[in-house]
Amino acid sequence: MRDGLKRTPLHARNVELGARMIDFGGWDMPVFYEGIGDEHRAVRTSAGVFDVSHMGQLAFTGPDAHDVLQHALSGDVDRIAPGRAQYSLLTNEGGGIVDDLIVYRRGDDDYLLVVNAANTGAVHEHLLVDVAGRDLALVDESDATGMLALQGPAAIGVLDALRGDGVAPLSGVERFGMTMAEIAGVPCLVVRTGYTGEDGVEIMAPADGIATVFDAILADDRVRPCGLGARDTLRLEVCYPLHGNDISPDTNAIEAGLGWACALDTGFRGSDVLRATKETGPQRRLVPFRVTDRAVPRQGFALFAGEREVGIVTSGTMSPSLDQGIGLAYIEGDAAAVGTVLQLDVRGRRREVEVAKKPLYPPEKDT
Amino acid sequence: MPAESYPDDLRYHRDHDWVRLDGDVATFGITWYAQDALGEVVHAELPAVGDTVEAGESYGELESVKAVSDITAPLGGEVTEVNEKIADSPELVNDETYDGGWLIRVRLGDASAAAGLLDATAYQEYLAAL
Repeated sequence: MRDGLKRTPLHARNVELGARMIDFGGWDMPVFYEGIGDEHRAVRTSAGVFDVSHMGQLAFTGPDAHDVLQHALSGDVDRIAPGRAQYSLLTNEGGGIVDDLIVYRRGDDDYLLVVNAANTGAVHEHLLVDVAGRDLALVDESDATGMLALQGPAAIGVLDALRGDGVAPLSGVERFGMTMAEIAGVPCLVVRTGYTGEDGVEIMAPADGIATVFDAILADDRVRPCGLGARDTLRLEVCYPLHGNDISPDTNAIEAGLGWACALDTGFRGSDVLRATKETGPQRRLVPFRVTDRAVPRQGFALFAGEREVGIVTSGTMSPSLDQGIGLAYIEGDAAAVGTVLQLDVRGRRREVEVAKKPLYPPEKDT
Repeated sequence: MPAESYPDDLRYHRDHDWVRLDGDVATFGITWYAQDALGEVVHAELPAVGDTVEAGESYGELESVKAVSDITAPLGGEVTEVNEKIADSPELVNDETYDGGWLIRVRLGDASAAAGLLDATAYQEYLAAL
């Protein structure tokens, strides 16, 4: 391993394709193959395939799995029928966010948590406390599992062209529905979800089969390989949070605008704190903004209302689709209202921004 | 993006800038190596006409999606022109590195200082050793 960095099963492919590789949380990952802007536009207009094999997969099986997860996760596990998935938060006692994740219900007592790569260890440790003495098995399947995201208006069509005989069309799978499907001869778990705001799927397969699936997908002209750079610009345009930037163990889920992912009446860990925040109203809120001048917001930049510092940027970029600086920021009180004009400090210079509604893309049509 | 190249008719600075000399007026840009390291340029902060730039000091910034980089002035003087097209099309720095991607023109304070710049061969030798 170069420099001690971990490699996904697609590492050799990424290098052969000429990807610019970077250290991402201890993994040697492609930030782009040909260019972030081109890859971003490919996903918005056709399809892109992302190597996300660095993400973690934690399997929970057994009679106590439901109860343990109901207490540990913010979402209502009862609402996940077998064969469906749910976006949820792993919370701590303070209502902070240890990780945001997707929980897949593979069977009655069989759950899979797909977690952020950098948090796999922290999530596992957090859950070991909950599983001690309970009737269930917690197995880290990360090393045995490869994962791809295939996103864009053409994604489902690309996948349907590759499915094995007897596999029902994937266009019939609902959003957050999942199915087992043979793709290019490899058994895959496919879920209709994504992190880009476009239609598409995330595909999990055995680590020794994922490269075959990747090659088959890339053989379709409609698909380009896309790196983590485009993954970030795409998710930011639709205002999806990134753990480590916008949310963390120190950020309150209500302040982060993720109350919709919290079933407060299930009594999950930290729900009492979140209920209190909801009742009194959050003091600050994570909101999107657009830069009206030309500038690129970056994590850590301060936001001002006149001379008063009112917020801090947690994620920022130049939006390829909007050709404008965009970002997410925690902003206090009334300054977080949609339409508020604020000043962004860009390395000592002030630039004008406007608080906006989610999502930033697609832009609202003038009525 | 175009293939790696370092035109023979230009001079180069170790901070990865190129210079086109025309008497005592010099045009500045960044080299293929610099634009490749930066990635797609999405924004540029450039000085105004009439500003003074100092040799070896930063005269502006180029931003890519992932990073911000200072641009170092290879020579000093007064800014006589700024490339207006860069504001709307910052990708010119990547796609037309030595032509349409020029950044500023400067009336040199000391034209003889250009002798301290590298020619294309010396610059490429310098790159090979990095």
